[in-house]
Amino acid sequence: MTQPNRLPGRGRIDRSKPIVMRFNGREVPAYEGDTVASALLANGIVHVGRSFKYHRPRGIVAAGSEEPNALLDIDRGSGRREPNNRATVVEALDGLVARSQNHWPSLAYDLGAINDLVSPLLSAGFYYKTFMWPAVGWKRVYEPFIRRAAGLGNAPVEPDPDEYIHQHGHADVLVAGAGPAGLAAALAASEDDTCRVIIADEQAEFGGSLLHDLTSTIDGKSAAAWVAEAVARLGTRDNVRMLPRTTVAAYFNHNHIALAERLTDHLASPPASLARERLWQVRAGRVIVASGAHERPLVFTNNDRPGIMLAESIRLYINRYGIAPGRNIVIATTGASAYQAAVDAKAAGLFVTIVDYRRRDDIGSERQRATQAGIEILDNHTIVDTDGRTALSSVTVAPMTASGGVGDAREIACDALGMSGGWTPVVHLVSQSRAKLTFDERIDAFLPDRAFQCESSAGACRGTYVLGDCLREGHETGGGSAGEAATVEGTCGTSFAAVRILPTNGGRARDKAFVDFQNDVTAKDIRLAVQEGFQSIEHVKRYTTTGMATDQGKTSNMNALGLVANALELTPPDVGTTTFRPPYTPTTFGAFAGAARGDLFDPARKTPMHDWAADKGAVFEDVSQWKRAWYFPESRETMHDAVQRECRAVRQSVGIFDGSTLGKIEVAGPDAATFLNRIYTNSWLKLAPGRCRYGLMLKEDGYIMDDGVVARLADDRFHVTTTTGGAPRVLAHMENYLQTEFSDLAVSLTSITEQWAVIAVQGPKARDVVAPLIDDIDMSNEAFGHMAVREGHIAGVPCRLFRVSFTGEAGYEINVPADYGLSVWEAVFAEGRHHDITPYGTETMHVLRAEKGFIIVGQETDGTVTPDDVGLGGLVSKVKEDFVGKRSLQRPDVVDGRRRQLVGLLTLEPDVVLDEGAQLVANKSEDAPVSMLGHVTSSYMSPNVRRDDGAEPGRSIALGLVDDGRARQKSRLFATTKDGFAEVEVVPPVFFDAEGARANV
Amino acid sequence: MLLIDCPFCGTRPELEFHCGGEAHIRRPERPGDLDDEEWAAFLFYRSNTKGLQAELWHHSHGCQRWFNALRNTVTDDIEVTYRMGQARPDPAEVTTQPGSVDGTAGDVVWVMADAGGERP
Repeated sequence: MTQPNRLPGRGRIDRSKPIVMRFNGREVPAYEGDTVASALLANGIVHVGRSFKYHRPRGIVAAGSEEPNALLDIDRGSGRREPNNRATVVEALDGLVARSQNHWPSLAYDLGAINDLVSPLLSAGFYYKTFMWPAVGWKRVYEPFIRRAAGLGNAPVEPDPDEYIHQHGHADVLVAGAGPAGLAAALAASEDDTCRVIIADEQAEFGGSLLHDLTSTIDGKSAAAWVAEAVARLGTRDNVRMLPRTTVAAYFNHNHIALAERLTDHLASPPASLARERLWQVRAGRVIVASGAHERPLVFTNNDRPGIMLAESIRLYINRYGIAPGRNIVIATTGASAYQAAVDAKAAGLFVTIVDYRRRDDIGSERQRATQAGIEILDNHTIVDTDGRTALSSVTVAPMTASGGVGDAREIACDALGMSGGWTPVVHLVSQSRAKLTFDERIDAFLPDRAFQCESSAGACRGTYVLGDCLREGHETGGGSAGEAATVEGTCGTSFAAVRILPTNGGRARDKAFVDFQNDVTAKDIRLAVQEGFQSIEHVKRYTTTGMATDQGKTSNMNALGLVANALELTPPDVGTTTFRPPYTPTTFGAFAGAARGDLFDPARKTPMHDWAADKGAVFEDVSQWKRAWYFPESRETMHDAVQRECRAVRQSVGIFDGSTLGKIEVAGPDAATFLNRIYTNSWLKLAPGRCRYGLMLKEDGYIMDDGVVARLADDRFHVTTTTGGAPRVLAHMENYLQTEFSDLAVSLTSITEQWAVIAVQGPKARDVVAPLIDDIDMSNEAFGHMAVREGHIAGVPCRLFRVSFTGEAGYEINVPADYGLSVWEAVFAEGRHHDITPYGTETMHVLRAEKGFIIVGQETDGTVTPDDVGLGGLVSKVKEDFVGKRSLQRPDVVDGRRRQLVGLLTLEPDVVLDEGAQLVANKSEDAPVSMLGHVTSSYMSPNVRRDDGAEPGRSIALGLVDDGRARQKSRLFATTKDGFAEVEVVPPVFFDAEGARANV
Repeated sequence: MLLIDCPFCGTRPELEFHCGGEAHIRRPERPGDLDDEEWAAFLFYRSNTKGLQAELWHHSHGCQRWFNALRNTVTDDIEVTYRMGQARPDPAEVTTQPGSVDGTAGDVVWVMADAGGERP
């Protein structure tokens, strides 16, 4: 295969390194240095996709990251497939597979193109106006259909096999963009070898516009030679880090910049050790934005046919890639820069005609250059229409008449059209940095105004289009002294007339002049939106979807804005711009995620006994970052069967439970008791060393924040436990009060959660299991009763032994240094075997505590629950003058309001287990809106609670918060279920051993 | 992400910190003496300043110390950070450059801000 459109002797591609990629099954020969777009164009492939809404044939419009049309599915093999890649930025590789998107059955024959014929039905906001009838139609017909039709490309289904990494970078100066201004800035800034400079550019090669500039000379050298020297000089400086293929994607607070670097996509067989992309996070002392400018398309009828491109991109393909985008080219322009494209095309041996909308008097010296090159110029002409189904075949042009009308049209045969409607500076980054923009009428563009952070712009991104000025500006912004500027011979200039839409002579209903190619938004859509009353540019954007595609309107925003301004008879600054948001170009999820995938997504905290439980076949659940044993199924047991068995075992004999995740804080110091007295609702001054107490902690608003058992080890030392998830919050809360409000107290707080493993042994046989392992503590019930704490040794290991119970059974929580957790656990388990000890998990723990009506903070409480609401009013000291949250318990809504109170709920059908979160109502046939009385907070099947008839144990139990619940005892309510309602009886919130005798034996 | 100069550790990224809301709101000595309106004012009402605002920050993934910061709510610049117990500085006298990356650490000492005593 040949490359019919490859031009001899031009371009920066490496002709000694031929490659072959594939497009839609066809072999596409190319050279190293090509992009997928240039490879396709070299082979005469101009029709590369179908548009989003109308399924119109589309080609390549641009040559850089602003490309709106040529979105391809790129397959690198081994599960490395990605849709919606811009062909203009993907480097061509041997073996790379590219496919077109958004068509069925094929690119050439797409049934979706019917949308183009019925387009009058699909005008701006059509989805707000149609699909209204019948009412059920939306859910059954329209939505499924639209969902199938919507979207571009197919998401990959296989997991991403690549690795991605994050790296921090440090720079005194970060230069975004390595075109002439950026290179000059980096050269100047890095003169001082103590100044750390990072320069990044999204392209594979540094140089920007200079890489396709064969005309300009800098200090007598060609542009390419100047670039080579600049890059070489930067390369010799140790204080410079050069990052090609790196997009400066986002500009955050305090000069925090995110850069996305592509490391392997350009390698045919990347080493396995290399990550695919690296996300840099840079804190820059100063940012120099040198991001260049985008050329604006012209808006005219049928301006979207394959072969219609940006004029500067045609110049780029000719000069940088050695490609003829067409043999017979029309350049349509309203400005000077496109003349250079015409001159360069002509020099490459192509046939060129210029169609300039400007009147002859308004055209500058560029006219002479083109004329000298022998190019025909049709000034004062407009483009009326174009023709060609899957490739451009002709354009229809017409002169403008003296009265502003359109004269007699004539066709010009051509196979490529370069359009140029002027330039738009890339102000995305400075806009992200929250700098103000100001409108410059002279060049019809928004430019950076007052900086918000430490940044400055240089070159085309601040409207400086002349090469010499770009270099000088870059040099000075980089810290170079004035007056050292290079001597530059330049190109055709960059002035242009801002023309929002080229006049046409016709007006068929289906005629479309596209503004946003990627979202298929036409000039008509925008006018319609304004007609329908949308005046704010933000509203027009959302209503028409202009600028909302993946290109964020890089090529379309100014045209859309201009059309809105025209329709409203305002100036662009009065209309304003939409907000630029990071990232600048689409960035892979992989780059954002970095290494935080799979096991590394979130730290997994494991207890010392984790592996033992895993060996026993435990199923784990995540509780904050902890992995907790949920239940221990035996052989083929279901979860339900395992939990029922574990629940019975604890009540009948003894169970062993890993409580190591419990939050633990050691509170020490002469004022420790006073401090706890101010933090908890209950009183601590009189708690004797060796005793424990259940404590309740409120926020200042009077609502329950956390709870847990607190043991007094000595006069000045407490061992505080918190909920598993609440530990960091509680420590921060305590530190806050200690450091800000109670700083008169001498107290220290130490997190000891990770230092102590906790083994809970619960059940009537608990003492029989634990006592034989201890010889330095009197274990008798008289000497060591419920809610006491002792320090001693268990199996030879120092321990803090708590006699506490979250099950209602007699039991111990054995605290041992974490390193001994597993060995003590194994010793206890071995001893327990004489008593049929059963390991149990968090689910059984939940059932057992619910049988006793013990609350779990975060389950029975939701941040709006007071102690009295859950029946713990007795834990609120009436004697203490003050504690955190006390005053709020006197708030009118707490004292007088009809509060939701904790109650027990028994289903009339004992086998029906309610859904946690189910709503409770009094009258199930009430018309909507139904009065909600409360909700179910906990619900389980309990094997220990007897059925009402007392016959056999085993029935469902539930806790709930109900309006005025305690006054509703014995009344009936209805809980919502999946199918309707279940009737429940309101009972006291304790279902087992109401008198609490079992904990004291 | 903000850069925050912990007065005890030096400049660190925001993700090590937790913001505790407006600073210099003193908890009443005797909350029981306040009527509902006064208590509500303490508990719920905040100035929501546009411009320089004193805020409590907690170095939660660091030294665990709470401190104050003057942050400009418009620009997100943190003008100065200062220890608990110190008076709100006059921003006119603050010399710290916003967003500066000098990395200097404050003195790490165990000072009880109000009492001035050593920690136990």
